[in-house]
Amino acid sequence: MPERASRRARERAGPERPGRRPRAGDIEWARERTWELLLAVILVGTIVYNATQSPVYLDVDNFVNLFRLSIEKVIVAVAMTFVIINGEIDLSVASVMAFAACVLAAAHESGVPFGLAIAIALAAAASAGFVQGLVVAKTGISSLVVTLAGLIGFRGAARVLLEDRSIGDFPDWFGDLGREDFLGPMPFALVLFLVMLLVGGVILHRSSFGRRVYVIGNNADVARFSGIDVARVKLVLFTMSGLVAGVAGVLFAARLGSVRANIGEGFELDIITMVLLGGVSIFGGSGTLLGVALAICIVLNLRNGLGLANVEANTQTGVIGALLIVSVLAQNVLDRLPLRRREVEAEA
Amino acid sequence: MSTADVAGLRGTRSRPGRTAVWIRPERVKELSLLGVIFLALLVFGFLVDDYFSGRFFNRVTTSVAITAVLAVAQTLVIVTRNIDLSVGSIVGVSAYLTGQFASSNPSASPAVAIAIAVGLGALLGAINGVIVAYGRVPAIITTLGTLAIYRSWLISHGEGKTITADSLPSWVVDLPTRTVFSIGGLDIRVVFAVVIVIVAVLQVAMQRLRWGRRLYAIGSNPEAAAQAGLPTRRLVLGAFIACGALSGFAGFLFLSRFGNITVVAGQGLELDSIAAAVVGGVSVLGGSGTLVGAFLGAVLIDVLDQSLVRVPQVSEFWRNAILGALILAAVIADVVIGRRFRRRWSAEARPHTKVGDDSTDLPTEPPVLTGASPKGDATDA
Repeated sequence: MPERASRRARERAGPERPGRRPRAGDIEWARERTWELLLAVILVGTIVYNATQSPVYLDVDNFVNLFRLSIEKVIVAVAMTFVIINGEIDLSVASVMAFAACVLAAAHESGVPFGLAIAIALAAAASAGFVQGLVVAKTGISSLVVTLAGLIGFRGAARVLLEDRSIGDFPDWFGDLGREDFLGPMPFALVLFLVMLLVGGVILHRSSFGRRVYVIGNNADVARFSGIDVARVKLVLFTMSGLVAGVAGVLFAARLGSVRANIGEGFELDIITMVLLGGVSIFGGSGTLLGVALAICIVLNLRNGLGLANVEANTQTGVIGALLIVSVLAQNVLDRLPLRRREVEAEA
Repeated sequence: MSTADVAGLRGTRSRPGRTAVWIRPERVKELSLLGVIFLALLVFGFLVDDYFSGRFFNRVTTSVAITAVLAVAQTLVIVTRNIDLSVGSIVGVSAYLTGQFASSNPSASPAVAIAIAVGLGALLGAINGVIVAYGRVPAIITTLGTLAIYRSWLISHGEGKTITADSLPSWVVDLPTRTVFSIGGLDIRVVFAVVIVIVAVLQVAMQRLRWGRRLYAIGSNPEAAAQAGLPTRRLVLGAFIACGALSGFAGFLFLSRFGNITVVAGQGLELDSIAAAVVGGVSVLGGSGTLVGAFLGAVLIDVLDQSLVRVPQVSEFWRNAILGALILAAVIADVVIGRRFRRRWSAEARPHTKVGDDSTDLPTEPPVLTGASPKGDATDA
């Protein structure tokens, strides 16, 4: 089965091979990192092309701006990477974002001190993730269904809170947090994203928790028989996903300056696209945060470049959709090339 | 392995001397769903004055027509352990282009317009199917991509123009109010009757025809299906084409119901279709679920949709919150009922095993759907 062959190739690329760290120049290393190399090439190509199209493109400000406009999605993508590598999916993130923002706004409106309102919003988002994680971990119902219910339900909860009102009038420092530079030219959210990427990378690729995430994603039964508390890891990941979505929602509120129940609708698709484009297998068990970071840069630069070339926003979305499909097709082709003869034999 | 499917086979075989499970689990699901629908109707009838009216019936049946077709379409694909997230975009493309065609050719026959809608849908479904079955790209990725591609093509094609009801020939706009016959003040509308026929025919096909059984086989265990010599790729492609064609037809219904079509028409319908299927007892892991169940799921969702607006005690803003809770309740109930049944079967099939020891029957299946099981060989690398 080619599916099986490609799987095996990717498994070889998985990080769970103790005692043998790949080195540059190693042919195995090149194989293992094919996807990241390909992404890097695409990224460099995009940047070079964009730079020739517009003189302002290479400005630091332009790069910061790229992130500024999608920073909430990008932050959630880091948490989503963990969830998908673990073999699950969280479709509810955009709704939890809106839910957190609406809890914040509703609390603020009813006179709760603003710092406390933020804490309540984050706690609400974390509990949203916790509840979904609990159902997934304890009943074994597919997370696709549970978080689909979450997608609809938490958007509904947001709507119950704010109905069709728009609430703004937040404290000045909160608006500044969303819009002003925090460190050098970077806003707070971007700094937070970089920190999350770093910390997330260490946890995922260098800690025993990260290894457990991979093992469960590869084969939950094997993980269970190896004594890993599968339910607990899943619970932690979903709670974290909810919390991160809540942080993103609060930051979104800060950047927008006002909150409605429909903010961030459809973000989940963009977020999942970024993660999958980053080479994370939808079946779990493989992928790296480096790949996702590259994919995020590609998506943002591609949108920016297409924008500079006067391509409309919706066509950009179509191009990214095509990129997603082609990326996996390309992965399949790459995986099959050296194995083709064996497969022909197997199929014959 | 779909436990429900095996259970269904086992359930039909009654053995003398043992308590025979005579009812298939699908029927249990469908009947309990029917019960929930009646319960909902009773509760709403209690809360809302003058609830049971002919107008309400018409409103529900007209909107069910669209959701039910999409739920059935989605089920055909989900049963094969795939998913189609692009149905909303297919509805949009089909509704918009068919509307354009009908308004520029007002004399064209209805059959041609419907054929265009269905054909367009089938074409878009075929694109999905080829990428999934032959390109081996997981369905969730493929249709996430085509969801964006179809929609963005439509937006750039439509250039922001709206198809208006005035520009459409009168037969299109009048279609939703056409009635086949009336029973005691309840009109059975043409579109609803057509949808009932579609559901019935496809249900029989899925249950009795080789094609239908093979779709279940693929969803139950893709590798076993392939090793048993089933043309799995062709069948999966067929399921996607059928799903696309039905979505195209739903696009036509959408056009005739709303008349005014913008380029964002049908956005988000993919979620409704999956929700209806899941509430209807279709397992997203593939291999189990019936079209009648999906249809009933669509009915329940639409009854809620049309009723909540009229309950004075709750605002319409509760719609999604309740729907989300409903989906969760449906799947959890499914698991609970499933465990109970499985216990009885395992007691029946293996009298020596302890009743209640169902853990061995419950392998954790991959949560996401694809043409082939990726998990089986994870240990032999």
